[in-house]
Amino acid sequence: MAKKPIGPVRRAFAPWDDPAQPAFIEFRNVTKRFGDFVAVDDLSLTIYEREFHALLGGSGCGKTTLMRMLAGFENPTSGQIFLEGQDLAGIPPYRRPVNMMFQSYALFPHMSVEKNIAFGLLQDKMPKADVDKRVKEMLQLVKLEPFAKRKPHQLSGGQKQRVALARSLAKRPKVLLLDEPLGALDKKLREETQLELMTLQEDLRMTFLIVTHDQEEAMTMADRISVMDHGRILQNDTPATIYEMPNSRFVAEFIGDINILEGQISKKEGDQIQLFSSVLGDHLDIVQSIDVNVGDKAALAIRPEKMRISFDKPEGPGINAIPGEVWDIAYMGDVSIYHIKIAEAVTVRSIVANTTRLVERPITWDDKIWLSWNRDAGVILTR
Amino acid sequence: MVTKDLPVKKTKKGSPLLDYVMRLLPFFWLLLFFLVPFIIVYKISLSTIALSIPPYEPMLSLKEGIEGVKTFWDGLSWDNYIFLTEDPLYLSAYLSSLKIAFFSTVIALFVAYPIAYGMARSPREWQPTLLMLVILPFWTSFLIRVYAWIGILKSDGVLNQLLLWLGVIDSPLTILNTNTAVYIGIVYSYLPFMILPLYASLEKLDGSLLEAAEDLGCPPWKVFWRVTLPLSMPGVIAGCFLVFIPAVGEFVIPDILGGSETLMIGKTLWVEFFSNRDWPLASAVAVILLLILVIPITLFQRHQAKQEGHD
Amino acid sequence: MNRGPSYFSLTAMVLGFAFLYLPIVLLIIFSFNESRLVTVWAGFSTKWYVELFRNEQLLQAAWVTLRVAVTSATLATVLGTMAAMALTRQRRFFGRTLFSGMIYAPLVMPEVILGLSMLLLFVAMDQARGFWTIMIAHTTFTMCYVAVVVQSRLAGFDRSLEEAAMDLGCPPLRTFFSITLPQIMPGVIAGWMLAFTLSLDDLVIASFTTGPGATTLPMKIYSQVRLGVTPEINAVCTILIGIVTLGVIAVSITSKRQRLQQERDERMAMEQ
Repeated sequence: MAKKPIGPVRRAFAPWDDPAQPAFIEFRNVTKRFGDFVAVDDLSLTIYEREFHALLGGSGCGKTTLMRMLAGFENPTSGQIFLEGQDLAGIPPYRRPVNMMFQSYALFPHMSVEKNIAFGLLQDKMPKADVDKRVKEMLQLVKLEPFAKRKPHQLSGGQKQRVALARSLAKRPKVLLLDEPLGALDKKLREETQLELMTLQEDLRMTFLIVTHDQEEAMTMADRISVMDHGRILQNDTPATIYEMPNSRFVAEFIGDINILEGQISKKEGDQIQLFSSVLGDHLDIVQSIDVNVGDKAALAIRPEKMRISFDKPEGPGINAIPGEVWDIAYMGDVSIYHIKIAEAVTVRSIVANTTRLVERPITWDDKIWLSWNRDAGVILTR
Repeated sequence: MVTKDLPVKKTKKGSPLLDYVMRLLPFFWLLLFFLVPFIIVYKISLSTIALSIPPYEPMLSLKEGIEGVKTFWDGLSWDNYIFLTEDPLYLSAYLSSLKIAFFSTVIALFVAYPIAYGMARSPREWQPTLLMLVILPFWTSFLIRVYAWIGILKSDGVLNQLLLWLGVIDSPLTILNTNTAVYIGIVYSYLPFMILPLYASLEKLDGSLLEAAEDLGCPPWKVFWRVTLPLSMPGVIAGCFLVFIPAVGEFVIPDILGGSETLMIGKTLWVEFFSNRDWPLASAVAVILLLILVIPITLFQRHQAKQEGHD
Repeated sequence: MNRGPSYFSLTAMVLGFAFLYLPIVLLIIFSFNESRLVTVWAGFSTKWYVELFRNEQLLQAAWVTLRVAVTSATLATVLGTMAAMALTRQRRFFGRTLFSGMIYAPLVMPEVILGLSMLLLFVAMDQARGFWTIMIAHTTFTMCYVAVVVQSRLAGFDRSLEEAAMDLGCPPLRTFFSITLPQIMPGVIAGWMLAFTLSLDDLVIASFTTGPGATTLPMKIYSQVRLGVTPEINAVCTILIGIVTLGVIAVSITSKRQRLQQERDERMAMEQ
């Protein structure tokens, strides 16, 4: 378990904002085709030293292919990959200073835990005494000292995962690649391990690249997330920016829950924008500096927790309010999710924190209510 | 958009050199010792028997240049094939081989199905042992297993003694050196080849399917006919091919257990080669046999490929 | 589907296994017969076995057979394993269809054709026939069996193990020997055993490709069989059956033990 606080160092870490910062890993216009299938499509991405970067996307989005190209298991059809300025083309996987933790763990079944960890070190012809010392360190790091002599099939899932981690860390690689590292663990163990991985990454001051389809995992651990679809990166940003300012419908819907209202830009004065929604028959105010023109088709996306409900119409300058009717309520304990019907066949969700101990909530089924949100709560999406 | 295709060295999945060695070494071995011999067999089937070493002519002599090739080419003829069609002995040998192989396959299927069915329905913990019992004879010598039947089938053999003792018969039956003995030999020797694929497909059969069928009001015999049998068809087909194809060209069984009435093409080929020393004719017999077998072999491979696709 | 055997299927199995094993059992019993008449029981005796060991020719043939079987099985295992690797790993290459065709065809090809064609090759090559030609012929047809056996083992092999090894700095050839080979070893051993017994048993191909001085045991048995059944042959056969049976049973018991041990370990790991 992580005992150390996740301190402010983490928050201050933002090399991507510093133009003088050199790239550590760079994918430059990388394309990978398997026959007719385009797995990675003219993709460029820069990752900085000591960054914890997550490639997030559904299956078949190209995230694993991208990682395997960095490890050297696949070659780009076109484009280049650089590590510390060195072009990796033609360098076989066994000569690349990156190590990978496999989704299946890929522990060698015929070797004991310590032999597994020592495997990579022995390939480098490291002296025996140093190997033993390093193996011991790694066992300590993942708290598996008593299991050194065991074979992989004598370990539980969580223990196997830690051996795989220790083995890929043993060589002190420049980059650690993690392919869905926590996929096979149960929820509780997964959360613990997430914290452990974060602490480990900070302590070892290493660059981590993780592939995952689990948005919560990416949000929790990564410094930056690249959301991928169809072999392209749709958005590459910090978790907070990705959540608060998604740049497309796909990103908005992939991460968290969101309400989307379709419409047309009806007014634009600087960052003061109005969107006309034909289903509501109403103009909605938004504050956002974005390049749109009057008449453009666009959508307003608002997270459910940013939508309030009340019996009285809230008044005030920066507030949008529309009438609605409670369609359904899902009581989740900590919060309740209200499904509000705002037009024929159009419902939106509002999340309300259950701040009191009342079993009967004041707002209930079929109530006529007002749905409101601040002008700066939503984002305009044009893609 | 112009994409610049950079020349990328192939490093995919390790070393290409290792991949080349892995595939070219066995490939060339098989090319040299399996495929090339067939071309030679075909070439010799077009030659004529001669009193020389090796006992056929013409010989290709490259020393004489183009002229040598031409003489060689002129020396080749279809005579052996024409002879094969003219002498009814060969035609009946081919037909009789196909007939014996076909009926042996059918008998083997009927013998093997209940055994495989019983194995598949046995308790889980018995199954590895039962499987082992089927495979074990396959590991023991074919020749020995065929030989063992002589002692049983001959006129003073175990079977006749038993039947005489039981009073079923008055005088010994003649079984050895008849076609009946050949049928027994083939069914016996190839039975494991039939049981194994049948068992594999029956074992995969989900028990709840049968229960579902019975639950829906289907009587047991109908369940077998409507559910079990159709679902075990892949095993039936694979087993039949595995018995039929090698049985057509069988030599040891007809030679040891069969008699003068037994005509099988494998034996004919052997006799032509070893007794008559007519290598060209033996080659022609082999070429025709191969052509006959190409059809079932191709069908079998297609069936296997389809099954692999399903799994 | 296992709902316990019914009387019908139990009877079918008993009769079926009796059919499979009775001839072999009878053969073994009569190898211990005192009388030269194979079919009449005249009391227990091991004299035919003693006689065997005085038969120079038979021992000579056995020695040739053993040498052919060991060398050809070993070579066939190397080539067959390579072929299996190529077929499972390399999805597309020039001549793949021909290659897989050449692997599968010998499995169903009549032995007379295989024997004849290989002999004609050796004649065309002007190669003196004997030990080496039998060995090559046996390697050729048994490597296909090895390829099929190893292929089925490779099908269940997790390729990420190899990738992990290479990722940790292990070059391909070393990866093959330190990771892949230990994992597919049971298949390779089974392949070797199969190749060995096939070579040990073969009569037809050896008869075609043999030369002076290289008579194998099956050829010897065959020439004796044509003269009639004798207790000596029964004794030879009994020894051969005994060796093969012991080998197969030993291997299957060891692998079963290993599997049980592994299952126990896994259960223990889960309970921690």
